[in-house]
Amino acid sequence: MNKVVDDAYEAIRGIESGMTVMFGGFGLCGIPENCLKALAESTVDRLTCISNNAGVDNFGLGVLLRKHQMKTMIASYVGENKEFERQLLSGELEVILMPQGTLAERIRAGGAGIPAFFVPAGYGTEVQEGKEVREFNGKMYIMELGLTADFSIVKAKYGDTKGNLIYNKTANNFNHPMATAGKITIAEVEELVPFGTLDPNQIHTPGVFVQRIFQGKDYEKRIEFLTTRS
Amino acid sequence: MSLDKNGIAKRIAQELHDGYYVNLGIGIPTLVANYIPDGMEVTLQSENGLLGIGPFPTAEEADADLINAGKQTVTAIPGAAYFDSAASFAMIRGGHIDLTVLGAFEVSESGDIASWKVPGKLIKGMGGAMDLVAAARNIIVAMQHTDKEGNSKLLKQCTLPLTGVRCVKRIVTNLAVIDVTPEGFKLIERAPGISVEDIKTATEGTLLIEGEVPEMEV
Repeated sequence: MNKVVDDAYEAIRGIESGMTVMFGGFGLCGIPENCLKALAESTVDRLTCISNNAGVDNFGLGVLLRKHQMKTMIASYVGENKEFERQLLSGELEVILMPQGTLAERIRAGGAGIPAFFVPAGYGTEVQEGKEVREFNGKMYIMELGLTADFSIVKAKYGDTKGNLIYNKTANNFNHPMATAGKITIAEVEELVPFGTLDPNQIHTPGVFVQRIFQGKDYEKRIEFLTTRS
Repeated sequence: MSLDKNGIAKRIAQELHDGYYVNLGIGIPTLVANYIPDGMEVTLQSENGLLGIGPFPTAEEADADLINAGKQTVTAIPGAAYFDSAASFAMIRGGHIDLTVLGAFEVSESGDIASWKVPGKLIKGMGGAMDLVAAARNIIVAMQHTDKEGNSKLLKQCTLPLTGVRCVKRIVTNLAVIDVTPEGFKLIERAPGISVEDIKTATEGTLLIEGEVPEMEV
């Protein structure tokens, strides 16, 4: 079966208005730039987007926001985005915030076929509202549900034609868990190589989780807060 | 004289031990990295997927694929490891991180912390703070003793939405080192030149004072 598609436009085929889509990345680090651009050029809207952050005003998920393609955002931290703030306060956008580790584990669990699990994060806070609470070994936990998506879109440094992926440094972040949790997972990679050329010891995401893959182009890799020492 | 931000960070650095794995939050906690005692091996964890944070990069070294949880460019020390977000929080939730240092708006005398949301103001989200306070073995809060209007941030009960309950062990402020005990806040040390009376005045919650309270060495 051929998983390789030509480009982002072909890769996002089948993403329809109202669907749930996961986007890998932390801030602007490791985001699927090509697919985000292709989606922003499409007419798809009312998306439920699952991503740790919401990008910045003119880059990353911020572009989908600006074009009003998002109905709901599921995230852990959404600072650094004025348009987001505006749509949130005006009621155009619904936002569901949850602890970052809970978000990561919900995605991992969803991809691993685990419908629910218990975590201590958020116990005694508003995160607990409406959720089952249980005590284990004298400590209180709240039940959280596994999370899957119609499509997951991830970005890796290297990928092969069977969909095996290798991430670079902290650009892994949510990409690996999300790759496991999409009904269809799209991987865009900086370098696509023939299968058999990546070292199996180094694979982060085995190809079984990936349905479509392509080599992206013109990566900007913007830095949100360039911090240097003199 | 009350401590400045660096003074608070310097005092918190005295809580570090050789071999510790530590998560430092944004703000004053980040400064603690500057005061790790020479010869002590402390490994810093960043919840976006790095164990072994190094110094900030030079302009030439800066790499968009290598950032910390505050989204700043960083470097990785020799022997560092990268991992995904689920693995990162397995480290945190599983109790493998020895110490978490974070900032707060309010701490209650029972160890509750409020640090992520002020109703009526923009809500940015809790990020990893709720996971960290729910699971780290030891949690130290670094903050100013009072807010800009002079109101105490060490309260009987938090007034803002909580980040976690009964989790804070120690608080280091510009005025004092205070422990959370079953009986309330306990004054451990005073900032240089700050009197017990000054600290009492600035603390709304129950403040236990036993004998002579020593001055911090910073």
